[in-house]
Amino acid sequence: MSMAARILVLLLSPALAVVLGLAVRRARFSEYLNLAASVAVLLAALPLPFAAARPATFLDGYLLVDPLGAWVAMCVAVVYLLSSIYAIGYMRHDASRKARLPLFYALLAGFALTMLIAPLVNSIGVYWIAIELTTLVSTFLVGFERNAESMEAAWKYIIVVSSGISLALLGTTLLYWGGTFVYGETYQLTWASLVHAAPQMPPVLLKMGFLLTLIGYGTKVGLAPMHTWLPDAHSEGPAPVSAMLSGALLNTAMVGIVRFLAATDAAGQGALPHAALVILGVFSLLVGALFIVRQRQIKRLMAYSSVEHMGVLALGFGFGGTLGVAGALYHMLNHSLAKPLLFFGAGNAMHRYGSKRIDDMRGVWRMFPVSGALWLCGAVAITGAPPFGLFLSEFAILRAGWGGPYLWAAIAMLVLLIVIFVAFLNHFRAMYLAESPANSDELPTSAVPMERESWYAGWRVLPMALPLLPLLLLGVWWPASWTALFHTIANALGAHP
Amino acid sequence: MNAMLATHLDPLAASLFSLLTIASLLLAFVMLGSRWLKDYMLAFAAQSWLIGMLSALVGYYGGYRELYWVALLTVLFRGIVLPWLILRILRRLNTARELHEILSTSSSLVIGAAAVIFALVVAMRLTADLHIVSNVVVLALTVMFSMKLIGFLMLALRHEAISQILGILVLENGIFLGAQILVPGMPLMIELVLLFDLLVAVACFGVLVRYLLTHIGSTSSRDLRRLTG
Repeated sequence: MSMAARILVLLLSPALAVVLGLAVRRARFSEYLNLAASVAVLLAALPLPFAAARPATFLDGYLLVDPLGAWVAMCVAVVYLLSSIYAIGYMRHDASRKARLPLFYALLAGFALTMLIAPLVNSIGVYWIAIELTTLVSTFLVGFERNAESMEAAWKYIIVVSSGISLALLGTTLLYWGGTFVYGETYQLTWASLVHAAPQMPPVLLKMGFLLTLIGYGTKVGLAPMHTWLPDAHSEGPAPVSAMLSGALLNTAMVGIVRFLAATDAAGQGALPHAALVILGVFSLLVGALFIVRQRQIKRLMAYSSVEHMGVLALGFGFGGTLGVAGALYHMLNHSLAKPLLFFGAGNAMHRYGSKRIDDMRGVWRMFPVSGALWLCGAVAITGAPPFGLFLSEFAILRAGWGGPYLWAAIAMLVLLIVIFVAFLNHFRAMYLAESPANSDELPTSAVPMERESWYAGWRVLPMALPLLPLLLLGVWWPASWTALFHTIANALGAHP
Repeated sequence: MNAMLATHLDPLAASLFSLLTIASLLLAFVMLGSRWLKDYMLAFAAQSWLIGMLSALVGYYGGYRELYWVALLTVLFRGIVLPWLILRILRRLNTARELHEILSTSSSLVIGAAAVIFALVVAMRLTADLHIVSNVVVLALTVMFSMKLIGFLMLALRHEAISQILGILVLENGIFLGAQILVPGMPLMIELVLLFDLLVAVACFGVLVRYLLTHIGSTSSRDLRRLTG
């Protein structure tokens, strides 16, 4: 399959799923249509980073397929497939929602489409628009449950993120202004032309532009202290949506920051931008750790874990160098594999116990013998314990920071990761092993495991099992061809070894 | 090397540009000082008209045809359609004014003034670094940054959903105003951004309407207290 054909499949299949799903308006049809679209997207996206060794542009230069963008699109495709499988089981649980299912799947496919476009956009202005589009579509998904909490989350999401991202527009305007000193009044501001113009741009505009875009897109990434929308939106949307937000959306905004960072590096002005990214990264880890320790709600626990992992990514790119970039890219994929698994487990538990509170979830082993084991593996993986992929990627990022100018940040990262490991797994210990509290008589002690009940179909276990194998594999074996790919990306970003 | 439009203006154009930018900033203060949502909204509409006029002038003096379209769209959507929609919603909601402000009107005006001074200092440092001696550029930067800060101030100090939507639109009005003077040649972007305002507004209204379905009687963010920690 040629590159153009892959791009066509990648973008057309979710678009078709939106149009056909809305035209036919049958719940079952929409489910399988969306599933088929997500399979097609994954098949098209998987070989993309390796096929895109030389960047190519499509559609009059509007789309740029380079290894970095293709890598992020691949992460999106992985999460989209997992969420599409899980959504079938999860959304069927509440029969009253059946009439609105076609709308849900159309929004889900539309959300995936915007997230696939964003990392592959060539023009910086269009990138801003694509990121804003992801917000617009996903607001309706966050508010899909239509209760007071999800309305509150959707409202906070759109207000905080739109106002934050307006700073990115200001930064983009300043960078465009900087470019006029090189190219003249009217020109196309693409990622390549930005990197090319950056060395001759007035440094003050370049730095200001970068800092504003960092804060703007950082809001969307969920870097603390701009993360305030994230726990609400992640905890109140349906579980498949939470997985998409956390595993896919945050990365698509991160890629913009990384590309702006490359422009400042090219101009030799990278010191301040790198320091800013490292500081935001450490602060995100700190905020994540503090809120994970005392968390009471299961999905908010997962959401703060996302803040933590975005902090780790920021540290990877902030430390820079080939190792830092490679570790961050590896971490991106590992996080995209592990986080859906955790949200799916949380969604199952919330349905079974009829509560969001961790305190109400006791005896998970008894209720979920199979998927409970998968969930626990996911929890061990997400905290960065070996033998899972996240251990390797976090270790690579730590090595990238060790001994460099950001030794303090590497030490802080190590300490905070250990705190998070203990705190996160302590919540799981309580859910799996602790004695039931006094009101335990509400739960029948000799209840049949949930997995034997009809609502608990394989749709809910399969997407939890699927990502575990690659996670385990990536934890023991870092493919050599990927090292080459990461080298290519790091070189393209101008990272020094 | 840099042939910026704003540094080569004839005196009449320069004074017209300055007049319109300063008037827009004043209207931002009217919004900051107003507790009545209707006045707030009218000031926003007037500001959008001024910015539309500015686009047309920049288009005329710089020879940028597409800016006429931007002017037309700004006046049409931000000057007429959005205010009309908001007026209708206000009538349905029965919320004529902000009931609980975190700061009194006078204190928020003082903070707004401090924000303008800060913006002026930043703009002067920036233009000094770039060796640009043009009052119009300094003014445009000052107004762009200060409208940004005032917009955030409004978002932080107000609780009514309508105020927050207007706050976001003020944030973007500031960028429009600055971008038209500083980089009038920015391709395609201004049109698309305008389109996006419309989408943002629609999404906000969508959320607002659903909100009414669940929280009858209140659209204040003070009641958004369920999700914490």
